Amino acid sequence: MIYREAGQFKTTYAADQAIFPIAQDRVVVALAIAAAFLVPPLAGSEYWLQAVLIPLLIYSLAAIGLNLLTGYAGQLSLGTGGFMAVGAYAAFKITTAFPQVNIIVVFLVSGLFAAGVGLLFGIPSLRIKGFYLAVATLAAQFFLVWLFNKVAWFSNYASSGTITAPPRTVFGVMVTGPEATAPARYVVALTLVVLFALAAKNLVRGRIGRSWMAIRDRDIAAEIIGVRPLRTKLLAFGISSFYCGVAGAELVFLYLGSAETLAFDITISFLILFMVIIGGLGSILGSFLGAAFIVLVPIFLTNAPHALGLSVPVALQKQVELMIFGGLILFFLIVEPHGLARLWQIAKEKLRLWPFPH
Amino acid sequence: MKVRGFLIGLLAMTVAAWPVAGAWAQDKTIFIPLFVYRTGPYAPSGIPNANGFQDYFNLVNERDGGVNGVKLVIEECETQYKTDLGVECYERLKGKKPPLVNPYSTGITYQLIPKAPVDKIVVHSMGYGMTASADGRWFPWVFNFPMTYWSQASAFVKYVASQEGGMDKLKGKKIVHIFHNSPYGKEANPTLETLAKQHGFELTLLAVDHPGQEQGATWLQVRRINPDWIYLSGWGVMNQVAVKEAASKGFKMDHMVGNWWSGSESDVVAAADGARGFKSMTFHAPGAGFKVHQDLVKHVYDKGKGATKKDLLGEVYHNRGMINAMLNVEALRTAMLKFKLKTPPASEQARWGFENLNLTEQRLEQIGMKGMMRPLKVTCENHESNGMAAVQQWDGKQWKIVSDWIEPIRDVVRPKLEAAAVEEAKKLGYTVRDCSKEK
Repeated sequence: MIYREAGQFKTTYAADQAIFPIAQDRVVVALAIAAAFLVPPLAGSEYWLQAVLIPLLIYSLAAIGLNLLTGYAGQLSLGTGGFMAVGAYAAFKITTAFPQVNIIVVFLVSGLFAAGVGLLFGIPSLRIKGFYLAVATLAAQFFLVWLFNKVAWFSNYASSGTITAPPRTVFGVMVTGPEATAPARYVVALTLVVLFALAAKNLVRGRIGRSWMAIRDRDIAAEIIGVRPLRTKLLAFGISSFYCGVAGAELVFLYLGSAETLAFDITISFLILFMVIIGGLGSILGSFLGAAFIVLVPIFLTNAPHALGLSVPVALQKQVELMIFGGLILFFLIVEPHGLARLWQIAKEKLRLWPFPH
Repeated sequence: MKVRGFLIGLLAMTVAAWPVAGAWAQDKTIFIPLFVYRTGPYAPSGIPNANGFQDYFNLVNERDGGVNGVKLVIEECETQYKTDLGVECYERLKGKKPPLVNPYSTGITYQLIPKAPVDKIVVHSMGYGMTASADGRWFPWVFNFPMTYWSQASAFVKYVASQEGGMDKLKGKKIVHIFHNSPYGKEANPTLETLAKQHGFELTLLAVDHPGQEQGATWLQVRRINPDWIYLSGWGVMNQVAVKEAASKGFKMDHMVGNWWSGSESDVVAAADGARGFKSMTFHAPGAGFKVHQDLVKHVYDKGKGATKKDLLGEVYHNRGMINAMLNVEALRTAMLKFKLKTPPASEQARWGFENLNLTEQRLEQIGMKGMMRPLKVTCENHESNGMAAVQQWDGKQWKIVSDWIEPIRDVVRPKLEAAAVEEAKKLGYTVRDCSKEK
């Protein structure tokens, strides 16, 4: 009824191939983006911005990055944490060496560093596939974290090995460092995520994305029709690592404020892989849904007993939380193995027919 | 359809359980958040610690009727010793206007130090956190009394010297530092390196990666070096493994000294008899033989309000939790006496209380902790106070103090600490304050 497309005619190829071909979708997405920019900074409490929404945006960005590699190009990677660490440490080194450079530029350049490292660790993907590639990328994870922990130069010889985000401004507004307000950090994170999500969406609809999917679906067939596996796979590694690197830099500069290598250990690689799997492999929307699931559900479960007025011992509560969370993951994977994005797709199909299903 | 119904239900529940932040108007009680880790890999240390905190705050409420007549309200938040969960806890609980936080993790402390002056909440990292923050001129909101990692390491070297027969006997001795490869574990390294240069002992630094189960390579190296002394900066399971490895390699256990986070009951039980003789640094006495414990039984446990079992009182970490709670309470009390408050101290006032804390022998006796802890005095410049360390030893059944109180080598530690404070403060863009102008 609401979701009816009757009367929407496409007269050009461009209109037919738009990201959101249905007018209602365009309106909803535009409203959602506008709301995301306006409502939380004006109405959200600092807790919601700083502890919930900012990590959500940053993890979404990392999940998009991994989704490009694993969901679209079919290369299983467990090196996400390592590539994020490259971004974070590169951003720290660049901004301490050149304090006058705009922090957004620093984020992008550190993404390039991560992309370079990603290319390097992507080389084995030409010969190794599937689970074996996961093990090879695991080497990237452990090596990079070890490197940043071992070589004191990366943390500017801080005796503790901790990197701290120095205060930096964008257009005169403080966005990193302790004085930066949560709304300012949030807007920066949101802007970057929106731009990068749009870029990713267009990337996967075009020639590059199609060649990735060809490689994913059957690499020999793809090679026969003229897709060059080395270039395609390396490109996927590079672009994916770029996204992860920017997310890693944001993680330290916009969310944590200071970090040690433990912040990028293997658990974060798994966490982001789970986001991609639960959200939906090969879906940009799925990256957001997966990140939301992994970030929001534990926080919701932590706060639920309080809001209901129950007083539960924290240890018990944490254990129950882990059990419910694990149960929910199993539930969703059984009900819809293709992830939350697929659920949304099904819902949308039904809505388009409603109330007259045939 | 079912799935969608479930999803809608989940969404509805999320909206219903939207945490109500900010709606907290309590001016009759002092709110103290407790960052605990009762679950996760470090729970064996976290549980007694959290119980110690609970017990002492309850005792103050029950025995003394609160701090200067104002009751304490505590709320635990589970961090699992993870930094991001700690930040979430902090952001959630700071709306309730706590005068102070005890992060109880060096990683979380590093997160909170930059936030402290902005949010105006005192960070008390008791014997952990960033050593450089002991320079109160640069870090007015951060306190790490009774001692820092650096002072502790220097006290360890002094203890070794006393065992070997003098500082001049340190020359040529081989000391190995086995440390957790994290900001926490690395803290002692600069001090040990400086002292090694000064006194001519051979120092080897061996890092063990988180969480610390993998120490095979480390102990092969230890065997090759064959050190005279081992200093251990471990945490959680790393300590258990290290003690076990040392025992099985036949290392002289009384020549292995843990720092004060490497010397609790849970660290030695795994090695059973092999751990006998293992030593660790401490800044308070273990055991349940103090008057405060009798008070605790009488006012809290006999009323059924105890946080743990009566026979677990006196555990190292339970005592440490109580000491930490006591230092919080005494600092708040200092502030409330000075400003003649019958209401919770405002943040600036609480900070003043921490900075002017003068814990005397007499006061320790009043609160039943005489002999459990040394008197200490905090000043504007010196946020680690004049605390001293002692060495305790595991005799197979319990921990016992086996040394006198050891004065750290302050003339070595302090200048390095001040230099590090300038370095750290520069990163955050701080300015120094003039302590002679503080009242």
